[in-house]
Amino acid sequence: MELETVIGLEVHAQLLTRSKIFCTCTTEFGRAPNESACPICLGMPGVLPVLNRTVVEFAMKLGLAVHATVARSCRFARKNYFYPDLPKGYQISQFEQPLCVGGHIDIQPNGGSKRIGLTRIHMEEDAGKLIHGENLGDPNSSYVDLNRAGIPLVEIVSEPDLSSPEEARAYLLKLKSLLQYLEVCDGNMEEGSLRCDANISLRPKGATALGTKTEIKNMNSFRNVQRALEYEIERQRAILSGGGTIHQETRLWDATQGVTLPMRSKEHAHDYRYFPEPDLVPLVVDEAWIVAVRATIPELPDEKRQRFERDYGLPAYDAEVLTTSRPLADYFETAARRYPKPKVVSNWVMGELLGALNRSGKEIGACPIAPENLAELLQLIDAGTISGKIAKTVFEEMFETSASPRAIVAEKGLTQISDSSAVERVVDEVIAANPEQLMQYRAGRTKLLGFFVGQVMKATHGKANPQLVNDLLREKLR
Amino acid sequence: MKITDAQVEYVAQLARLELSPEEKARLRDQLNSILEYMEKLNELNTDEVEPTSHVLPITNVMKEDRVEPSLSREASLANAPNHEDGHIRVPKIIE
Amino acid sequence: MAHVDLSKKSASELRRAIQARELRAVEVAEAALQCIAERNGQLNAFISVCRQPALEAAAAVDAKVARGEELGILEGVPVAVKDNICTAGHPTTCASRILANFVPPYDSTVVRRLRQAGMVIVGKTNMDEFAMGSSSETSYFGAVHNPWALERITGGSSGGSAAAVAAGCVPLALGSDTGGSIRQPAGMCGVVGLKPTYGRVSRFGLVAFASSLDQIGPLGHHVEDVAALLQIISGHDPHDSTAADLPVEDYTRNLGRGVERLRLGVPKEYFIEGMDADIRAATEAVIQFYVEQGCRRVELSLPHTDYAIAAYYIVASSEASSNLARYDGVRYGYRTQGAGDLYSLYARTRAEGFGSEVKRRIMLGTFALSSGYYDAYYRKAQKVRTLIRQDFERAFAQVDAIICPVSPIPAFPIGEKFDDPLQMYLCDVFTLPASMGGVPGMSIPVGRTRHGLPIGVQLLAPHFKERTLLDLAAFYQRHFPEAFDLVK
Repeated sequence: MELETVIGLEVHAQLLTRSKIFCTCTTEFGRAPNESACPICLGMPGVLPVLNRTVVEFAMKLGLAVHATVARSCRFARKNYFYPDLPKGYQISQFEQPLCVGGHIDIQPNGGSKRIGLTRIHMEEDAGKLIHGENLGDPNSSYVDLNRAGIPLVEIVSEPDLSSPEEARAYLLKLKSLLQYLEVCDGNMEEGSLRCDANISLRPKGATALGTKTEIKNMNSFRNVQRALEYEIERQRAILSGGGTIHQETRLWDATQGVTLPMRSKEHAHDYRYFPEPDLVPLVVDEAWIVAVRATIPELPDEKRQRFERDYGLPAYDAEVLTTSRPLADYFETAARRYPKPKVVSNWVMGELLGALNRSGKEIGACPIAPENLAELLQLIDAGTISGKIAKTVFEEMFETSASPRAIVAEKGLTQISDSSAVERVVDEVIAANPEQLMQYRAGRTKLLGFFVGQVMKATHGKANPQLVNDLLREKLR
Repeated sequence: MKITDAQVEYVAQLARLELSPEEKARLRDQLNSILEYMEKLNELNTDEVEPTSHVLPITNVMKEDRVEPSLSREASLANAPNHEDGHIRVPKIIE
Repeated sequence: MAHVDLSKKSASELRRAIQARELRAVEVAEAALQCIAERNGQLNAFISVCRQPALEAAAAVDAKVARGEELGILEGVPVAVKDNICTAGHPTTCASRILANFVPPYDSTVVRRLRQAGMVIVGKTNMDEFAMGSSSETSYFGAVHNPWALERITGGSSGGSAAAVAAGCVPLALGSDTGGSIRQPAGMCGVVGLKPTYGRVSRFGLVAFASSLDQIGPLGHHVEDVAALLQIISGHDPHDSTAADLPVEDYTRNLGRGVERLRLGVPKEYFIEGMDADIRAATEAVIQFYVEQGCRRVELSLPHTDYAIAAYYIVASSEASSNLARYDGVRYGYRTQGAGDLYSLYARTRAEGFGSEVKRRIMLGTFALSSGYYDAYYRKAQKVRTLIRQDFERAFAQVDAIICPVSPIPAFPIGEKFDDPLQMYLCDVFTLPASMGGVPGMSIPVGRTRHGLPIGVQLLAPHFKERTLLDLAAFYQRHFPEAFDLVK
């Protein structure tokens, strides 16, 4: 029996607000443990939450960007469970009336296009962090740091529309790129600002009813999401093919062993006893607020990609790569405005620039080469001031020092020699100094042209105009 | 309805209350008499009635996204029964 | 130092005397502390005393007087605060073992306002554990005793605050009222108690019992003092989303005027079988008094009154089960010794830290919210709450205030109903509906039973019409000052 895979993702994204969702503590990352906490986020007796307006606006912004319906009225609810990282014994979340319902995200797996439906987007508070004893003193203890408690999150729940780990990965990457475009989340999975749980099941191909699902947690990178889902599909396939049944449960991905394992804790009697949060009042969203938030939405990746193809005449692949992040797209556009040969700019950005960034572990936002300088470099090549080869040297220097290409060329005397009499003098000298090679060349070993070019370039420290050198050598060697 | 011993057990577990057998039996009986009294709510037809979770019609109370100083760590942990190196300490957690 | 008898002076008289340099604020504070020291052994009204901070606050008031500055309306007046209202740097226990050693790092909004107003907080008062009770017997620190009859309850849960005022140790105190916890002990101790409209006073720093019902309010000997204290604590607070952003009326000016034209509703559901005959008669007499003064008596019906107890205990216990989840032995409060795993840390800490009434309500609330029962219990109760709220809306379309008993029975002997929770819950029958509707309510002393126990009458008004309650009460006190006399 042929089986097909059904995956739905629940993604938690930390919102880039300055303060927490219900108090005024900072959301700044990397402070000493329990330094960013106050009576409210510590859940002390008597405290009350007050909602951060920017959280609502960020969540609405995301909702509008994915074509969701923003509810005219929504409310918060308490999700009750005990855990040491949850100070109040309940999480303030949304349940019956979330902020956003519906919507979709389009992904382009293997060059095609597929629409992934969204169930809902809601706001909630993050829990604190638990550190296991092995990493901090007593192995028989766990340690609690509540700096993260109360950081605002949105939970984005997809429909079970994903049918492979590749699609799940593409969906996540697309969502990350959207969140970054909107500047509501930094999208960093490794640091936990983007987290993903998956519901996964198999069913006979063509069936409409869903099979029994498992929930996979603890996948903390894009690659791990794909690996964990691949593993889980095979695990379920093996059970079903052997006539077994899937046990509905939560499983944790173990990246070291490369397997999913059932949770061992006894904490899984899930009866969250949701009820409307009495400490927060309902939220009413009117048209004017929606309009105001919509106005803050920038051009999104899909629109930008299409525009890059259309307006710059870029191949689909280039447009896709250049629009994965807003700073990269902006970089390209700034450079392309100064140097209006988009494909040349695209080649340099996707080749040299992304390569250098990758090697140095830098983000585009921290790129040492200003886009204006990249454009100037390309202009220098066109003007014949430097050769393409010298340009790569200049590029490296620019990446090192952030200096302008003109300054580097001037300082290092890298201006190309295009004066034919000057080049001719060097060509003559080189030929005179290598009589043996000259004889061989004239005897038919025309491959030695390269040797002569090399000698001339060496003598001119690479600055001779290569075309001119070639032309002169061909003429004089004959 | 009548609450069974198993339900008392389940609810106590959800509420994280360790109860002695005597407490369980007493709570079962007390809860049953209370719930029996609650039955009177079923005399009322509430199909068309909206639930009230807030008595005042207040909406949209929000704060601006502004940071203010947190508590000092000493103050945050001053009441903690067991803490070490700035962390609150609990028995080992198994996931 | 001249001995100050606090039972003989109203708060406004004390303030006037301090301003006129007839008394020093420090002397007044000493008198309150002295009274507590003498009486608390019998009454158990205070869980802790704030001696040093009280004397410092009083000295600051004296310094202000010495500089020739004008004092605020209750500046220099001693006040007691219920021990579920957070006081920075001073224990706030909720009368529970689980918070017995908890010292809040912050002030509740009301305490901050008391301090800003120059009031002198002398101590934290005893109460039912987490305010769950109608008798002030469930405290981890023992029952509160009624100054009128020491073997009897004070009513609850703000029994300590009511007893402190009734004993003449403080002219004013703060309590909290979730289902009658200010009005009922005020009635049983023969003092004035006011539960404001839900949302009139900030709940920030009030340790939550049932968030949609809890409200802080004043208790006192004199209506005008209660009005002044309400003035100080009322108003919008950016820390409480449920606090109304409405201007605060002037509660003190020309108090007790214009009562003669009011329409007073008398709900038939509040005169029931089995209620104390003296209470019934006293209530009728008060109604008669107002009618003689020109008020119009309007017979009315609040048809869902009888469902309030059931709905209230579901709603309040459900919210409580969630509000009390934070007491887990992790970040503060009591922690059991030697629990080897997380589950036992929680389950034992909570078993050892909570008393039986608190556990019962946590169990009831957890059950009412649990999977499969939410609609039948919690949601049903919230719908019935709507019906109760609408009862009041209809009633207040016809009348300016409602007048009725506070409690069907006077203070009963300590221990009498302790093991019968349902009987205990039934004592709240007259105070719960107003709580469910969020309407303001007030208890005033109107006389005593044949056994000499205080009788309170309850006044209810539409949302934010506390002024109507205060006018009616002040008018009554002007005509019957002896009804407000404290125990000899």
